[in-house]
Amino acid sequence: MVLKWLTGNPGSRSKRMMWSVVLLLMCMAPLFTTPFRLGLLTKFLALAILAVGLDLIWGYGGILSLGHGVFFGLGAYAMAMYLKLDASGASLPDFMGWSGVTALPWFWEPFRSFPAALLLGMLLPALLALILGFFTFRNRIVGVYFTILTQALVMIVVTLFVGKQEWTGGTNGLTGYNSILGFNLNAPSTKIGLYFITLAALAGAYILCRRIVNSRVGQVLEASRDGENRVRFLGFDPSRYKTFAFAVSGGLAGLAGMLFVLQVGIISPSMMGIVPSIEMVLWVALGGRGTLIGAIIGAVLLNAAKTGISEAYPEGWLLVLGALFVIVVVLMPKGLTGLWSKVASSLSRRGGTVHAAVREES
Amino acid sequence: MEMTILQVFNGLSVSSILLLIALGLAVTFGLMNVINMAHGELIMIGAYSTYVTQGLFTAYMPKSWFDTYFIAALLVSFLVAAAVGWLLEMVLIRHLYGRPLDSLLATWGVGMMLQQIARFIFGAPNVAVTSPSWLNGGLAITSSIVLPYKRLFIIVLVAVVLTAMYLYIYRTVQGRRMRAVMQNRSMAGCLGISTRRVDGLTFAIGSGIAGIAGCALTLLGPIGPSIGTYYIVDAFMVVVLGGVGKLIGTVAGALGIGVFNTLFETYTSASIGKVLVFACIVAFMQWKPRGLVALRTRSLD
Repeated sequence: MVLKWLTGNPGSRSKRMMWSVVLLLMCMAPLFTTPFRLGLLTKFLALAILAVGLDLIWGYGGILSLGHGVFFGLGAYAMAMYLKLDASGASLPDFMGWSGVTALPWFWEPFRSFPAALLLGMLLPALLALILGFFTFRNRIVGVYFTILTQALVMIVVTLFVGKQEWTGGTNGLTGYNSILGFNLNAPSTKIGLYFITLAALAGAYILCRRIVNSRVGQVLEASRDGENRVRFLGFDPSRYKTFAFAVSGGLAGLAGMLFVLQVGIISPSMMGIVPSIEMVLWVALGGRGTLIGAIIGAVLLNAAKTGISEAYPEGWLLVLGALFVIVVVLMPKGLTGLWSKVASSLSRRGGTVHAAVREES
Repeated sequence: MEMTILQVFNGLSVSSILLLIALGLAVTFGLMNVINMAHGELIMIGAYSTYVTQGLFTAYMPKSWFDTYFIAALLVSFLVAAAVGWLLEMVLIRHLYGRPLDSLLATWGVGMMLQQIARFIFGAPNVAVTSPSWLNGGLAITSSIVLPYKRLFIIVLVAVVLTAMYLYIYRTVQGRRMRAVMQNRSMAGCLGISTRRVDGLTFAIGSGIAGIAGCALTLLGPIGPSIGTYYIVDAFMVVVLGGVGKLIGTVAGALGIGVFNTLFETYTSASIGKVLVFACIVAFMQWKPRGLVALRTRSLD
């Protein structure tokens, strides 16, 4: 009932059952995982928040952004700046001292307060996305052109963050903090708390995106993905809807970045560069674009695979990642969820009404 | 004054390299609507071909012949990269025509794999290529202005490649077919042009040019598995700025970005310079969203 109200989607009974079971299992995860594994899971869930936002614009809006690393990074840096200031107390952050900075730069000041940092961590990326979206969508810069521009944005922001070492910590990024609001970030109890916060944030992000997708905004978004000019002829301004979705997506990426930093304890330009940005796209592609749940599945699965493969065979990961891109794009354009509904529908055709609910998903 | 001359020369030099890289991209993007993110890796293949050619010359040829290796290397890099590109087109790209975003992702995956393979074969650290002795030194205009021969050579090389491309596209039968396919694929097919063959050939030529670019880059510094990724985004910006469909757009885009990049970087810093160039490109696209030169069509979705 609550779920029905939240997602604004009636859904079938078996689907709701499935959801409740999944949610229950997720809530019980801390009981039967080691703290290390729980930490990993938290990290994957944080990244899944970003994937949901990315799916909102790519799956439903047809806008491929290779720049989400930037939005993720801005959120992560916002949180890291707060943590760093908190850890340094009255004195300057250590790396500033090494670079010969004597006074705290003005734009670091707001990050002294936790609520401000929290807010800015989502607002800054959303604002950047809004500005970029406004200038590009308004002029009908679409498709590949937009994608390449976002990629250039990544290049620039990374160069900027590396270049302005005295303000951002350069290539090393921001690290060297271990407590938030008095809680030790490495303590098991904090880890469990973080896990639940991340889980709740992911659920919130999912519900938000689900509501957007089911609303009229979502319909216009989907329509402009499929035929932008026709939408325009009908009297809508697609660019407004796209800009809105892009900004939401950017804000969610910022939120993901903040939770990621809390879990991992470091953020550096290499985590927001071109390779991570494009990896994010693969999460959505593998899970299945245009199905929000697919984005979550893809993000968790691929990151788990990455952890597993890089542990066993560090060089192999890039090879696997590259191969996955080719396989997913050529052989399964609808991703895992597409594959699943295909299997399910062929099963139900054979055996009657096995999984009508699954077909509804796609 | 001397400062200005050097600036202009540096700008030209950067532009010429960008142009060489963007040329291949523009051809494949314009013709087939395929974004080839593995272009950077084709550059890498060209660079490593040069490295291997040099190794073969030192091992099997008389010492006095060594200086000529670079000419051979240019040919070898073109052929090897073209062959790899042709293979790539046959195996993968042909499934992705008309799906630019998908082709972007898939070719990016290919690029990643190629990089990793190069790392397995040649090792992760950079390797250096000895440039031929006739390219050492520079042309002294005044006592303080010395234009390095290497950079001059690259500019000349780019001019030659550009002329060759122009002649190919606008003066040969093959080139006319290529333009026909570009403007209206189905109509060209109806008139008896084998669009499949044109596609394969075009992709191979685009890749070959990337190989030449790789060969040229060996003159400027050591080469490594990720040498191509360093240039690829800038090269795409050239294509976006220049517009798709005409060579002149790519030339103008490369000149614009190369010169402005150099200028901004001298007067500000490397990172701020990049930001300014990006801001200028976005601003420019407010005015001309399809780039400087765009083919006029009446098509609507």
